[in-house]
Amino acid sequence: MYDYGFFSYESKEDMLERSRAFWNPDKTDFWQDAGIDLVIDRREGYLFWDMAGRRLIDLHLNGGTYNLGHRNPELIATLEQAMQHFDIGNHHFPALARTALAEALVKSASPNMRRVIYGSGGGEAIDIALKTARHTKQRRKIVSIIKAYHGHTGVAVGTGDERFSKLFLSDHPEEFVQVPFNDLNAMEDALRARDVAAVIMETIPATYGFPLPAPGYLQAVKRLCEEYDTLYIADEVQTGLMRTGEMWGISKSGVEPDIMVIGKGITGGMYPIACTVVSEECSAWLKEDGFGHISTGGGAELGCVVSLKVLEICGRPEVRSMVHYIAERFQQGLRQIQEIYPDWFVGIRQDGVVMGLEFNHPVGAKIVMKHLYAHGVWAIFSTLDPRILQFKPGILLGPELVDEILDRTEVAIGKAYAEVRSGSREAVPA
Amino acid sequence: MSVIELSHREPPGAARAAMMLQRAHWAAELFARYDIERVRRILDAVAAAGEAHAERYAEWAVEETGMGVVEHKVIKNVACSRDLWDRYRDHDYVSPRIHADDKVLELPRPAGVIFALTPTTNPIATVYFKVLLALMTRNAIVVSPHPGAKAVCADAVRVLSDAAVAAGAPDGCIQVVEEPSIPLIEALMTDQTTDVIVATGGNAVVRAAYRSGNPAIGVGPGNVPAFVDATADVAAAAREIVDSKSFDNSILCTNESAIIVEEEVAEKLIRELGRAGAHVCTPEEVERVREHLFPDNRMRLDLIGKSATVLAEEAGLKVPAATRVLVAPFSLVVPEEPLAREKLFPVLGLVRVPNTRAGISAAQAMLRATGAGHSASIHSTRAQTIMEYGAAVKVLRVTVNVGNSLGSAGVLTNLAPTMTIGTGFYGRSSLGENLEPRHLVNWTRVAYNADRSVPFDEFGGMQPWRLEAAAPAAPAAEPAPATPETDVLREEVRRLILEELKELTRQ
Repeated sequence: MYDYGFFSYESKEDMLERSRAFWNPDKTDFWQDAGIDLVIDRREGYLFWDMAGRRLIDLHLNGGTYNLGHRNPELIATLEQAMQHFDIGNHHFPALARTALAEALVKSASPNMRRVIYGSGGGEAIDIALKTARHTKQRRKIVSIIKAYHGHTGVAVGTGDERFSKLFLSDHPEEFVQVPFNDLNAMEDALRARDVAAVIMETIPATYGFPLPAPGYLQAVKRLCEEYDTLYIADEVQTGLMRTGEMWGISKSGVEPDIMVIGKGITGGMYPIACTVVSEECSAWLKEDGFGHISTGGGAELGCVVSLKVLEICGRPEVRSMVHYIAERFQQGLRQIQEIYPDWFVGIRQDGVVMGLEFNHPVGAKIVMKHLYAHGVWAIFSTLDPRILQFKPGILLGPELVDEILDRTEVAIGKAYAEVRSGSREAVPA
Repeated sequence: MSVIELSHREPPGAARAAMMLQRAHWAAELFARYDIERVRRILDAVAAAGEAHAERYAEWAVEETGMGVVEHKVIKNVACSRDLWDRYRDHDYVSPRIHADDKVLELPRPAGVIFALTPTTNPIATVYFKVLLALMTRNAIVVSPHPGAKAVCADAVRVLSDAAVAAGAPDGCIQVVEEPSIPLIEALMTDQTTDVIVATGGNAVVRAAYRSGNPAIGVGPGNVPAFVDATADVAAAAREIVDSKSFDNSILCTNESAIIVEEEVAEKLIRELGRAGAHVCTPEEVERVREHLFPDNRMRLDLIGKSATVLAEEAGLKVPAATRVLVAPFSLVVPEEPLAREKLFPVLGLVRVPNTRAGISAAQAMLRATGAGHSASIHSTRAQTIMEYGAAVKVLRVTVNVGNSLGSAGVLTNLAPTMTIGTGFYGRSSLGENLEPRHLVNWTRVAYNADRSVPFDEFGGMQPWRLEAAAPAAPAAEPAPATPETDVLREEVRRLILEELKELTRQ
């Protein structure tokens, strides 16, 4: 009997059965088939426990949502205090916490940024960014990167893989152009007709396995945007909040985006909101018709208060210092593992604590993921490139836990390699 | 005025401070792999930075705390930066030690993260001292200054930290709690990531350190008897005592608390004390001193570190402007006698005893009241008395024919120079010596089979640690060359110190 007070399950099997019946049968089965029989129960810091009691170290962090750890005590205290005074507020009126967070975000971003529009999640914030770009430039076309992922809401889904848009008859290929990453010629070809509202890019594409932008690539894309009168939208959902060692990953390249989208980690997984930060030029509709985008839960004030705390924590000098140490230690440790398996563990993509580990097998990351799970680490493969394991440690890790992660990772990578070499992979569900 | 009542389950700043400890841990992990050359380079830079700012911080400390004497604080600040490093430069707490005869290899293992509490009385000297000790032993350190001296201490820690990091130290290895409070300090002391607490300060803070459950080095209060026996060079003793008692207006815990003098030389000593700059009070004046400086038999805390003339004014005494010490004779050493207890201002008790045995008893009685394990001083030319005194009084250091303030602190003796006086088991401390670098490092002993047939290995020239991550978070830079300005300052400081030391050690 698993009694959670608000609800209960007879057993883990009972839970999974009801998950299939009432929630999502395919997703539920997908993980069971992949050998990941995970139902997340208790969570704390960078650890969580499966229903069955197994302890796992979280290197997925929901794409950086738990950047500051699960149930960060400072964020819990902040939310509890905020609840003594606030609720989500009223989205129609000038709002105390929304305004305070907007000011803090604008000050944290590049100097050209002016205002913040709120969504209730990252997808909505991307929709806002794209709609804002279309209004600003009075054009429909959006250019994104092949294998990009910017969310699944109405407009955002068009920027990503057609797997997700065609399923719901939501593909609009005439409006959404996709070009290969790191290919400036393709980008220029897409922009040349001057009919594009915006280029949207994750600073390091997460779901594609964090391929790093070639040196100068982001700057060159920004220059092309200026040349062909197009807006640059930086999707900083996974690269923001110190994960690359700077508050916003895009600032490392010196690019000033016209619009910046922030989600996930900004509320630490406590009370979700997402934010679209825009330049003066892109603020036009906020003066023309401020009710142009309405979202009851967008910028919920409880979330805004938590976000202010997240920004404050991320801005501490201690955090900057620690991100550096963590990234350094992972770089060394992963290189040492790579020296053992040079033909198998063929690549390390890293910017700060944003990392992609590349394996020499079409679904290598799925195999490593399974063995990591068996050895107490949860990290997810890249949906759009299953050779790459997304390896996303938190920014407040201590040295002991980092060493533990590296120990477990070394063993899991070795076992995955053994499985691939023995050809026994087919015998194991994967 | 906040609309929301910001009630905190944990003290304000605790989460941030815990983050400082964690950052320190990362720094300590890296630091523990540094070799001796790197460590020496860092200390050269940090000691120089400390010395360069000795005067500025001396002034600032007096201004912020209202205690002490600028010139004397300069001496202490230099003693705890350049002089301290000169003293230990050739010591090595970093490299392996090979004992081939014993077939034991010793590998130094730093504590990790030191949480250091520094007092308001000797703010900068103690900050310098603990930071240098931490660096010599490759420890990271988080300094929590006394709230009464937090601004000057925070600034000093930042200066030392900048100098250290510029010379290649790991980023974050020296940090400071900018807004210390008692609940915050307790939270940090009990934090599991604190590896050792080094507590210098009041009794409450030291006891809290030992209660924390973490390893702690805390020291007790002093109450120094200065016994002048009949064989003493009385004039020299008077000069030493007055110089020592007036040093930094008595705020070193090693300052003389009361003179115990054998009757035979008492009158002569009183004359010599007067000659040396002390004012010896009449019985009526003593009453006024008791009334105004020790209301309810307690030392007035607001007068700590004030000069003798300020104290005289408070007590309504007319004394010459050059008066450096007020001497208050009393008759009997008993626990309720405030003149027989620690006085952190230049009031010196004086009690006459008929013979040596009674003198030793009086000193013992003083230390029964308070100050056990700390320091005592004797002025005598008779070796037997000196030894008997040392064996009888419950202290762990006895200085002979020298001022105790800088004597027990190791500046005017060959004791380890220190700002932290271990009071040992008598004084409820884990440390019985003057705190020195070796107390902050453990050694892993790699021991071979003692059987003669088993050979020992050759470890000479081998390095136990590889420094893979050479990169501290801040880009490493060469230490800034001394500017003409700092050279001038250094010269000035040197001159001042030489003069002061000459005066202190007039032989």
